Amino acid sequence: MEGHKDVLYGLYNDEDVLMDAITKAQKDHLDIHDVFTPFPVHGLDDVMGLSESRLHIAGFVYGALGTLTAFLFMTWVFTRDWPIIFGGKPYWSVPAFIPITFELTVLFSCVGMVVTYYTVCGMGPGADNPTLDDRITDDKFCLSFNVSNSSKDEIESLKGFLTESGAEETNIKTI
Amino acid sequence: MSHHPIISPLRHTLITGDKTYHDITEDICAPSEKVPSTAWVIAFILSVTVLGFGVFCILWTIWMGIGTWNLNRTIGWGWDITNFVWWIGIGHAGTLISAILLLFRQKWRTGVNRAAEAMTIFAVMCAGLFPLIHMGRLWLGFFIFPYPNTRGPLWVNFNSPLLWDVFAISTYFTVSLLFWYTGLVPDLATLRDRSKGLRRKIYSFVAFGWTGSAKHWQRFESLSLILAGIATPLVLSVHTIVSFDFATSVIPGWHTTIFPPYFVAGAIFSGFAMVLTLMIITRKVLKLEDYITMQHIESMNKVIVLTATMVGVAYLTELFISWYSQYPYEQFAFYNRATGIYFWSYVGMMGCNVLVPQIFWVEKYRRNITLTFFMSIFINIGMWFERFVIIVTTLARDYLPSSWSYYVPTWVEIGIYIGTFGLFFTLYLLFTRVAPVVAIAEVKSILKTSGSQYTGVVNRKAVDYKEAAVEADHVHVGHEHH
Repeated sequence: MEGHKDVLYGLYNDEDVLMDAITKAQKDHLDIHDVFTPFPVHGLDDVMGLSESRLHIAGFVYGALGTLTAFLFMTWVFTRDWPIIFGGKPYWSVPAFIPITFELTVLFSCVGMVVTYYTVCGMGPGADNPTLDDRITDDKFCLSFNVSNSSKDEIESLKGFLTESGAEETNIKTI
Repeated sequence: MSHHPIISPLRHTLITGDKTYHDITEDICAPSEKVPSTAWVIAFILSVTVLGFGVFCILWTIWMGIGTWNLNRTIGWGWDITNFVWWIGIGHAGTLISAILLLFRQKWRTGVNRAAEAMTIFAVMCAGLFPLIHMGRLWLGFFIFPYPNTRGPLWVNFNSPLLWDVFAISTYFTVSLLFWYTGLVPDLATLRDRSKGLRRKIYSFVAFGWTGSAKHWQRFESLSLILAGIATPLVLSVHTIVSFDFATSVIPGWHTTIFPPYFVAGAIFSGFAMVLTLMIITRKVLKLEDYITMQHIESMNKVIVLTATMVGVAYLTELFISWYSQYPYEQFAFYNRATGIYFWSYVGMMGCNVLVPQIFWVEKYRRNITLTFFMSIFINIGMWFERFVIIVTTLARDYLPSSWSYYVPTWVEIGIYIGTFGLFFTLYLLFTRVAPVVAIAEVKSILKTSGSQYTGVVNRKAVDYKEAAVEADHVHVGHEHH
């Protein structure tokens, strides 16, 4: 865990006002710490310039791992370890392997992606990530700046920016 | 960009009552923050009692053996597998609503997906019980998994549809659970941020440290979309594989290629019926009529009439093909279903599943809540009969007339079935107490496109619809003149 930091944040009542504020902050070359919203706001990642999530690549890799695990394991069991003839079919009866191969592909991909998602987000059972305001999960949209190393003047100007861009209230919190 | 109201008659109103974001939080969190109502307490006591009786019957089966059931030489599958297929079918609606409707960008899913997913998980739990108990020696249940053992190792038969079922259902359960819980986390954080003391500690633990950061939401959406993408073929695969349990056999009436699509359509059909049964009660009792609206009910009724018709076509196709095949055993199997000793279950199936739901072609009936409620019960009964027809009627008349018999369940079999209702409703009632039954964050995300104050149409009816369209045209023209 890195040391404590002071975060200046403004709370907005509407996601469209927040989006305009973010655009303005970027025009002014302000360094946004993070944005918090009560629900996924459409287009927010584009406005913030967030790079696309790579979870789907992870999902593909996990899925491929599941496909291989299932198919190769069944192949090994029925051709090497314990070959049995079922219903006069060949030992290596590929069509019969399809259902389980498919299910394990889905299972590996899903479980792997969910675990990866929680890990990269720093979330998990009992995880205690600091939150800025309790109303962020209700109806407030939050834009925040890291002001740990900022002078008083800089903080004041950022505060001014937040209020001007439509924030209903501003606050500093050490997290 | 948003400073003039967006009036869109083409968009259905999915949230009525001119809600703000805060109203949504308040309304949906309310049921889990208040002392339970008397109705809830009575329902809970009743459910637990019924569950208790079910547990007793299960213990009785395990203690005395499978002989306490009336299964016999040819009827090796009776109420147990009928109930298994019935419950697993019901368990299809949740993931269908949240996955397939997410891919189709159907916004009305947001009102019902949470409860439907919970229902799915509980239904799959009820379903899973039956094959487990049917094993007889429940404590050897782990034999169904391919684990390294000291008997060779002797592996399970990967070519058997029964084993495919093990993989399909355990995968389906796991994926549904993860999908449901991942969607629940932001809403649990809402409950966390509204609570104090011990309650806050508990919700903090289960909310996984959710903050609402933009990057987390982006990953959340990416994850939801891909999970939906892979859960969609999964839903279709599960009942397909359940149908393989029958279709890969050589029993006339079971050995048909139509089974997978026919089973999947039936599963969606029964699942939506159960969602309707539950939602109609839930919206009333928890006062969520603004979130689970007439529009939602009508949309589900459209799915009902579609799938009812698909199932009907499948029934008729089966009959046609058995006649067309010129194969006497196949012909007898279907003649026997319709006119044999279990004809009443065939009548129940045809009546409840195919004929009665046809009234939903009429808009007035689709928007009638009382009618919809009774219809959903009918369909639940009809779909149970369908599985009974397929399983019991077929097995009671096999190749050798000397082994033909009639099967009626014992009190133990009936008790276990009733007990699963106890399990299902106990879990559902607990769920309504501890978690938001409507996805708070998702409903908020559609407020501006589907809230009544934004669509400009409070209660869409066929007539209003046209009028609103004309009105909106004027508004639009007005803007252009500026």
